[in-house]
Amino acid sequence: MTKSMQMQVEAINNGTVIDHIPANIGLKLLKLFNIQFVNQRVTIGFNLPSSALGCKDIIKVENVFINEEQANQLALYAPNATVNQIENYEVAKKLTLELPDQIHAIFRCPNSNCITHNEPVDSSFRVLTKKDDIQLKCKYCEKVFSREIVTEHP
Amino acid sequence: MVNSLYKKHIISIPELDRSQLESIVATAGMLKATPNPQLLKNKVIASCFFEPSTRTRLSFETAVQRLGGTVVGFDNDGNTSLAKKGETLSDSVQVISSYVDAFIMRHPQEGAARLASEFSNGVPIINGGDGANQHPTQTLLDLFSIFETQGRLDNINIAFVGDLKYGRTVHSLTQALSKFDNVSFYFISPEILAMPDYICEELDEAGISYSLHTSMEEVIPNLDILYMTRVQKERLDESEYVHMKAAYILTASMLTEARENLKILHPLPRIDEITVDVDKTQHAYYFQQAENGVYAREALLALVLNEQLSAGDTNND
Repeated sequence: MTKSMQMQVEAINNGTVIDHIPANIGLKLLKLFNIQFVNQRVTIGFNLPSSALGCKDIIKVENVFINEEQANQLALYAPNATVNQIENYEVAKKLTLELPDQIHAIFRCPNSNCITHNEPVDSSFRVLTKKDDIQLKCKYCEKVFSREIVTEHP
Repeated sequence: MVNSLYKKHIISIPELDRSQLESIVATAGMLKATPNPQLLKNKVIASCFFEPSTRTRLSFETAVQRLGGTVVGFDNDGNTSLAKKGETLSDSVQVISSYVDAFIMRHPQEGAARLASEFSNGVPIINGGDGANQHPTQTLLDLFSIFETQGRLDNINIAFVGDLKYGRTVHSLTQALSKFDNVSFYFISPEILAMPDYICEELDEAGISYSLHTSMEEVIPNLDILYMTRVQKERLDESEYVHMKAAYILTASMLTEARENLKILHPLPRIDEITVDVDKTQHAYYFQQAENGVYAREALLALVLNEQLSAGDTNND
């Protein structure tokens, strides 16, 4: 993070910084972590200039340290995001994002005729990676969706 | 030898390996040759059809009874607690599976059979079709019909004709035949109803050869199996349909160059995509294929419900 960027979104003492989020994805990530962030101070920056992405979002959360499993869920939305844990204004740990093999109970299946919509079960997808393409296969209806279709489904 | 299908849920073709498919086909052949009314003796099988089906339900129920088992169930869900009282499928499955030894089901929603397998307390679920997703026993009877007429499942040249985009039958049979050696696929369809990319990608990854065509005549002389399907009117606009339909109708005169061993299969019902003059040719096999549905389903049920099943068990003595 450059110094000028730190000035755009205030530095935090302790907590987590999620940076290099593609523009317009920040809001989705906030929604994803909604519960964990309750009652914490969250500062966000949308559409900030970025040399790598052109335009990016950034999220800083005080006093919340997201774990690797949570960070991996985030990888589906923003595979190139960086997640840093901050202690005393310093980066204490950089989390490496890895796509999980399975994703449970996060997204609804985009197939409106999938049985999961009417029954007391969590959605479950297997993550398939083909070259740079990330796809998700519903465990139940067996349909395969591109990453964007699943993550953008309400 | 312990059979690996014992107590297995039969949900989706990709989950069955080559040896399991071969074992079902071999058992179907033996049961066709020598009926055995003992294999499901004292077994009660649920046959729950949450949407109507003629061939699948009747052939499943015939299979159970020919093997000495009894059937409980329903042929549409209009009068069940699901429809009348709003019970979930998972609750219904938990209850019904506690009464029976195996649970055959068809349901209009994709994923219903997988969900049922999570609530059946180990009672095997046999998928008789879940929405547009899978219909594994159709594929098993197709494989049995191919083996019966060709004497092998390797080295088969097979063409699929018609609606390859939405036809779950052709997707599953392609996936099943991909497990065998040196199978060549010819996909013949209007561009708008072409085989989905994910199936072609699976074939590419496995190094399996296939080719795309828009007319049947050019490939018929190469074929062992010609698998016809119906082009559904509602998939195309009307003028397109009239134009397309004619190109995907098989008539007897198109078979003059066919190999002697060529057999024509069709999951039925046919409407007009195979003219009746084809029925009288030596190549027509779709009605025998439908009959084979009973033997393939007998074989599957026998293997799922008998831990040990050797060749001798399929004899009457």
